[in-house]
Amino acid sequence: MSNATSAHSVVEPSATTKRIAGIIVVLYAIVTMVPLAWIFMTSFKSPPDSISYPPKLVFTPTLEGYCNLFTTRTRQTPEYIQSLGPPQSTCDEITRSRNMVIAGPSNYWPRFTNSMVIAFGSTFLAVFLGTLAAYGFSRFRVPLADDLLFFILSTRMMPPIAVAIPIYLMYRELGLSDTALGMILLYTAVNVSLAVWLLKGFIDEIPREYEEAAMIDGYTRLQAFRKVVLPQATTGIAATAIFCLIFAWNEYAFAVLLTSGSAQTAPPFIPTIIGEGGMDWPAVAAGTTIFLVPILVFTILLRKQLLRGITFGAVRK
Amino acid sequence: MAEVTLTDISKAFGETQALSNVNLTVRDGEFVVLLGPTGSGKTTTLRLIAGLEKPDAGRVSIAGRDVVSEAPASRDVAFVFQQYSLYPHLTVYENLAFPLRSPARRLPETEIDARVREVAKMVRIDHKLENRSTKLSGGEMQRVAIGRALVRKPAIYLMDEPLSSLDAKLRGELRLELKRIQNEIGSTLLYVTHDQVEAMTMADRIGILAGGRLVQIGTPREIYSNPANLHVAARLGQPHINLIPEGLLPGGSAPTGTKTIGARTEHLEIVRSGQGNAEIDWIEHLGDQNHLHIKVGQHKLVTLADPYLAIGRGDRIDLKLRNPLYFDAGGQRLT
Ligand SMILES: Nc1ncnc2c1ncn2[C@@H]1O[C@H](COP(=O)(O)OP(=O)(O)O)[C@@H](O)[C@H]1O
Ligand SMILES: [Mg+2]
Repeated sequence: MSNATSAHSVVEPSATTKRIAGIIVVLYAIVTMVPLAWIFMTSFKSPPDSISYPPKLVFTPTLEGYCNLFTTRTRQTPEYIQSLGPPQSTCDEITRSRNMVIAGPSNYWPRFTNSMVIAFGSTFLAVFLGTLAAYGFSRFRVPLADDLLFFILSTRMMPPIAVAIPIYLMYRELGLSDTALGMILLYTAVNVSLAVWLLKGFIDEIPREYEEAAMIDGYTRLQAFRKVVLPQATTGIAATAIFCLIFAWNEYAFAVLLTSGSAQTAPPFIPTIIGEGGMDWPAVAAGTTIFLVPILVFTILLRKQLLRGITFGAVRK
Repeated sequence: MAEVTLTDISKAFGETQALSNVNLTVRDGEFVVLLGPTGSGKTTTLRLIAGLEKPDAGRVSIAGRDVVSEAPASRDVAFVFQQYSLYPHLTVYENLAFPLRSPARRLPETEIDARVREVAKMVRIDHKLENRSTKLSGGEMQRVAIGRALVRKPAIYLMDEPLSSLDAKLRGELRLELKRIQNEIGSTLLYVTHDQVEAMTMADRIGILAGGRLVQIGTPREIYSNPANLHVAARLGQPHINLIPEGLLPGGSAPTGTKTIGARTEHLEIVRSGQGNAEIDWIEHLGDQNHLHIKVGQHKLVTLADPYLAIGRGDRIDLKLRNPLYFDAGGQRLT
C-alpha cells in the first residue's frame, strides 16, 4: 500500500468527499459520546445538582457519588456526629456533612469482581473453544460441516429472552442459578458461535502449507498448530476476544434473571443503587463510569489488533 | 541420502485424476527434475512422497522402506513449497532453525546455531539472519526457503517450483547456486518445474509429466534428442519445435506411417537462393541471435540464425530437412 496519492487518482476520494466524510464521522462521534460525557459529569455532581432542571453544565464537582457507591450509610443525630472524632477520610467528611455515618462497604465491589470473573472467564473459554473448533472446520473434512456451522450460528438467531425461561428452569434444577460457573457457561455458550465464525475466517486465511511444512520438519499437528497457526492468528483471536468480552460484560437480561445474590454482576446491580428518597443518580453514574474502565483498557491494549480485526483480514500483511 | 521409489502410484481428487500409474525411481544422490505444465500432477507427486496426501493405489518407498502409512514427520524428507515458503512471524534465523528445533530432533542449541550459520552462508543470506522474514526480497526469501530444507540431512529433498516466482535474472543465479550446492552435498533431490531451462540445466534425469502420467524419463540429452512422442518433443527446445506435415519439405527419409515431422533449428538447413521453396517472413533480432520466421506455402516455421547471416525480409531460401523427428498419426515417435 503506498501513501503516494496524485491529484487525479481514480481510487483516492477527492478532498471534498474526504472533508464531508470527516465531518459526518465527527458528528457521529459527538452524538455517541454525549451520553458517556453526561454519565461522567453526573458522577461528579451532588445529588441535588444531578436532578436540577434545567441541567447544570457548570457545577462544583464532588466525590459524593463515588463515596455513596462504595459505602452504605446510616442517618444519625447531629449530636452523635459531633461526639465522633475527626473524620477518617474524604468520604467520611462528605457523609457526615449529610448528617450520616458510614456503616460499611456496599456491594458494588463484589458485584464488579463477579463481572470481571464471569466476563473474562467466559471470554477465555469461548475463544479457546472457538479457536479449536474453527481450526477443525478450517482444516479437516468435517462431515456436514456447512450444516454444523449453520446450526452453530443459529443459536444466536433468537433474542436471549426467548430462551430465558427454559434456561432459568434448567439452571434451577442443576443448581447453577446464581453461580459464577453457571454464568460463565451461559456466556460461553452464547459467544462460542460468534468465536467459531470469526476465527474460522481468520484461520482459513493462514495457508495450510505453513503447518504442512512444520509437520514435514518433525512437528506433530498440535505442535504445528501452537507454533505456526496460533502466532499468525493473534489478530483474529484478539478481535474475537474483544467482541466476546463486550457481550459478556454488558449482558443484562440473563444476568437479571439468573443472578440475584452472590453471583450477581454489575449491570443488574447498578440500577438498584438507591439513596434516601429515590435514586442516587451520582452513585449510579459513578458505578457506570467505573464499569466502563476495564473494557476501555482492554480495547486500548488490543487496539491495533482490533482495527485490523474488524476489517476481517482485508489489510493483513 | 537414499533412493526413493514410486510404484504404480495413482491419485484422484474427486473427478480429477491427478496421477495415473506413475513409476519413478530417484537414485541415491541423483538430481531428478519433473517437467510438466500446470495441472500435470507435479505438486501431487511431491506431496505423496512427503506424506501430505495418501495414494489411492501404489507404493512409496524411501530407502527401501514402505512409507505409505507413515506420518510426514517420520518420513525424513525436506520440502520447499512453491509459495508461502517462510513463517512470517519468525526471523530468518528462526526460520532456518525451525526444522532443527522440532521435538523429533532435539538438537542442542550450539549445534543448531552452527548448522544455521553454515547453511546461511551456503545460500548467501548470512548477513540478514536477524531480519524478519517478511522484510526480504523475493530472491532472498526463496534462498531462505531452500536453506530451511538444507539445514536438515533428509533422505530426499523435494522442491516444488522454488524459483517460479522470481524474475529471470534471479532465477538464473539461483539455478546455478542450487546445482552447486547439490554437487557439494551430494544430495538426492526431486525438483519439479514447468521451466524447460531449469530442467535442462540442473537435472541428471528429466521426467516428463503430462496429464498425470510420466510420459518419458531420461537424461536431458535423451529427452531432447530422443523424445518418445510429440508432447515430449514440444516441451523442450527454444524456439519451439516446428511441426509440419510429411512431404512439405525435401530431405530426410520418412519411415512409413509418418504423419508429422518435428523440425528444430538443428534439423533445418538453409540455402540462400533466388527462387527457393520458402520465404523469410519476419526476422526477430534478439541480439546474440536472430529468430527467422519462415513461410513455406501457408505453413510458418521459426528457426534460429546467426546474426551475421546476410538475409532479409522477403528473401527466398531453400529449406531442407536434416535428420528430423518423425511421428505417426497418434503422435508416437517413429524411428
Ligand atoms: N487438493 C486438491 N483438491 C482437488 N483437486 C486437486 C487438489 N490438488 C490437486 N488437484 C488437481 O489435481 C491436478 C494436479 O494438480 P497438481 O499436482 O497441483 O499439478 P501441478 O503442480 O503440476 O500444477 C490438477 O488438475 C488439480 O486441479
Ligand atoms: Mg504445482
